[in-house]
Amino acid sequence: MKHIQKIGLGLFITGLAVFIALIFLGKYQLTPTQFETFISNNGIKSELFINDMKNNVVGKTFTNPFSLSSKITSALESANKTHETKKEWSKKVWGKPHSLAYEVAKTSGSGIIEENKGLFWWLTFGLGILGALLFIIPSIITLGPPGIKNNNVYHNSATNRGWIGWLVFIFLVTFYLLLYFRPEYIVNWTYIVDPISKSISGNPAGQWFLYGFLYCVVMVVMAVRMYIKYRNNKYQILRTTSVLFFQIVFAFLIPEILVRFEKPWYDFKNAFPLDYDFFFKWNLNELINSGGFGLFILIWGIVLTLVVVPVMVYFFGKRWYCSWVCGCGGLAETLGDPYRQLSNKTLKAWKFERWIIHSVLLFVLIMTGFTLYSYFSGAKVVLGIKTQTIQDIYSFLIGSIFAGVIGTGFYPIFGNRVWCRFGCPLAAYLGFVQRFKSRFRITTNGGQCISCGNCSTYCEQGIDVRAYAQKGENIIRSSCVGCGICSAVCPRGVLKLENGPEEGRINPTDILLGNDVDLMNLVNKK
Amino acid sequence: MEHIVIIGNGISGVTAARHIRKLSNKKITIISAETDYFFSRTALMYVYMGHLEFQHTQPYENWFWKKNRIDLKKGFVKAIETTSKTLYFAEGDTMLYDKLIIATGSKPNKFGWPGQDLNGVMGMYHKQDLDNLEKHAPNNKVCKRAVIVGGGLIGIELAEMLHSRHIPVTFLVRETSFWNGILPEGESEMINREILDNGIDLRLGVNLKEIKPDEKGHVKSIIIAETNEEIECNVVGLTAGVSPNIDFIKTSDIETGHGVKVNRFLETNIPDVYAIGDCTEQHEGIDQRRPIEAVWYTGRMMGETVAQTICDNKTAYKPGHWFNSAKFINIEYQTYGWVWALTKDNEARFYWEHEDGKKCIHLNYDKKTRAFIGINTFGIRMRHEFFDKVLNEKQSVDYVLEHLADANFDPEFYKLHEKDIVAKFNQENNTNIQLKKKSWKRIFQTS
Repeated sequence: MKHIQKIGLGLFITGLAVFIALIFLGKYQLTPTQFETFISNNGIKSELFINDMKNNVVGKTFTNPFSLSSKITSALESANKTHETKKEWSKKVWGKPHSLAYEVAKTSGSGIIEENKGLFWWLTFGLGILGALLFIIPSIITLGPPGIKNNNVYHNSATNRGWIGWLVFIFLVTFYLLLYFRPEYIVNWTYIVDPISKSISGNPAGQWFLYGFLYCVVMVVMAVRMYIKYRNNKYQILRTTSVLFFQIVFAFLIPEILVRFEKPWYDFKNAFPLDYDFFFKWNLNELINSGGFGLFILIWGIVLTLVVVPVMVYFFGKRWYCSWVCGCGGLAETLGDPYRQLSNKTLKAWKFERWIIHSVLLFVLIMTGFTLYSYFSGAKVVLGIKTQTIQDIYSFLIGSIFAGVIGTGFYPIFGNRVWCRFGCPLAAYLGFVQRFKSRFRITTNGGQCISCGNCSTYCEQGIDVRAYAQKGENIIRSSCVGCGICSAVCPRGVLKLENGPEEGRINPTDILLGNDVDLMNLVNKK
Repeated sequence: MEHIVIIGNGISGVTAARHIRKLSNKKITIISAETDYFFSRTALMYVYMGHLEFQHTQPYENWFWKKNRIDLKKGFVKAIETTSKTLYFAEGDTMLYDKLIIATGSKPNKFGWPGQDLNGVMGMYHKQDLDNLEKHAPNNKVCKRAVIVGGGLIGIELAEMLHSRHIPVTFLVRETSFWNGILPEGESEMINREILDNGIDLRLGVNLKEIKPDEKGHVKSIIIAETNEEIECNVVGLTAGVSPNIDFIKTSDIETGHGVKVNRFLETNIPDVYAIGDCTEQHEGIDQRRPIEAVWYTGRMMGETVAQTICDNKTAYKPGHWFNSAKFINIEYQTYGWVWALTKDNEARFYWEHEDGKKCIHLNYDKKTRAFIGINTFGIRMRHEFFDKVLNEKQSVDYVLEHLADANFDPEFYKLHEKDIVAKFNQENNTNIQLKKKSWKRIFQTS
């Protein structure tokens, strides 16, 4: 078994190495016809940019995406600079430099990868999946009989912020930085998923298709790990299946298939305010312009946020979304499970958490207010602030840096729900409902707690579960996503996730069960 | 300001301190030679197994003590002089108290086995035992085999710990079946199987004769008394129960037996000196309890109680219905009320075991009145409140069976076995008990 696991690890690392190496392989050569199409597609009117590109890029061969990208972005910057000083606004190139560079790179790429997409898919994804499964599946035997086995989690450099953890951290952060800010560098990765993208949506793969596909693959593989590790726990099995289903079907397949039918790309489970650009002008216009179906999406999106979310949270707690449906939660529960113990449980962290997450909620609400005001009034400036500016700030700080780079990249350091815990505005919204108007709680079983600390340690949301359990109190917290791991790891069967009657949900206890106290005496004293 | 000094920072002492602080403004000092801060002793095993780091076993952050004005002193109390109310420390200093709470817990039993103090022989009780184990059994290269002597809760935990690092374990149990002084036959048999299923070399009905040293004074092997078999090993775990940790008290005026003798108010024979937790011995066992109870929960309850007394609300220690819990490798165990190892004359029993051999329940009830006496439950979680209420109301076993769905505390979507259980009971007893659907109303009915 150990040997199989070692072979698996070897294959996985090989796949990963090839994946990384892909960035540096292949050639880019932009033909004059490709360039013409590019210019007309993007409506570029700047001769400065066009000439610069013709002199330095068109017809030339680049052996890596970095030099190509720097030529394009510098051409764009210098052209725009001149246009700005001359106030030639109509000539300015408005697109984002790195998105344009991506477009050029995608059309101009050629060479070994572009010609052998299938082969390289197998050498990267194929080896990675096979290797990971060979590493994971033998744990059915190595873990021993079913039961909670967190053996050696804290002796392992990958799960205890050791060097492997830090390497994974660097890899993930770099991956997200490239994905969000330098898509032209990872064009080769998109080539290897082109055939899959074409078969689903009919289009070549973009960076977001690549990401979506990778997301699903990672979740499936890591879900296998979840199934094995928690095979004694039906709640975990069902929950994992559910998040997997919603990721693959709702977040990945349906939107791509909609594109094939020339409908707007839309994830039906992605509720505002997590889906922060739902009310942005471009989205509203696109929905309204795509007829009845667009209108349906628009209404569904609003109903989802205003009706479905609070009603469901009332009955089931926010877990129905965060732990059973949400894509971010899905990744956190599968890829992130090995890191769940790393979340900080100090009081200080809790204070930070409340300030930050509620600020993000406030931020998104203000931004949406501005956006809708602009949309209906046509005014681009509200209270002296450009709506576009505030949208850009949010997209950059929250949408990219927080949700992506920190949210996932920091898994191996801060635990797997950094985003959900500190950043997600929807989690904050669901949390309010859960805290004040819900039937959900984690019930503490009388006086059976031995304060061992497993529950708190394995709480991905950094809740000090033990603090409540050892007092015999139910756990009612807005941040609880109902993953159920505290209940699973408790060696004394003290915790249970329940949707009971609202009355008596909050039960501060003076004396724990076990001591016979004169209740009347206690009451009279108060 | 009155100075309350507590010797021992375990669950009893710390609970007492916390409740005294809740109720009063008194000066509180907790003394410990073991660790700087309170930790959950029962969680030590998870540190070795790598589930937790030591800091995770500490229920309160380090600032908690200062914020709540609970002074912590690291030191070893060598002697108590009750006339001058002075504590003498091994380090040479002294401390005065107005009221003293002794909460020194237990220490592992040693029965004078030859070689019991060799290097590599240890209990599994103190933080120092854990450090010691980490030194002598860091992996299966340094420790090629470990032998555990004594078949109780700590023994099986130690076996599980060593097993988690793939160290072969031989487990010597004096009884003919694991923990059968406490567990009835069915349950005990189930745990025997669980131990064996996990690849632990369980030897029942054997005693330790001696522990043999190598030339460096380290454990080399052990000899089994019955067979004279020699088993080579690098670590020996002595887990044959614990006894009160009160050696330093025996030189004082405080009356001791096996433990510090206390009355129902947890007072010793000396005014202003109290004792709580594992180290105490009741003059007579309360209800059907033993005079010495080395259990987490009773320690906690005594801490709660003594705090009341010290804060001028003199309160007797009145433990409610017996309950306890443990985990035997993968099998969780809870018990409510009494289920003795052997059936008493007035008792009737009902035992149900799942076909997978990993779950069972055992009901104990009065033959004549059918009043419910207690339940053992393995691999199925049950609701504490439910059984507390049932016992208070002196309900019948039939009531318990009818309402098993209310009692279940397993996570959602778990397979329920109530139908099977009730059907088997009906069949064996010629009854016609009908299972009721779970009712939140009943579960939360308080009166």
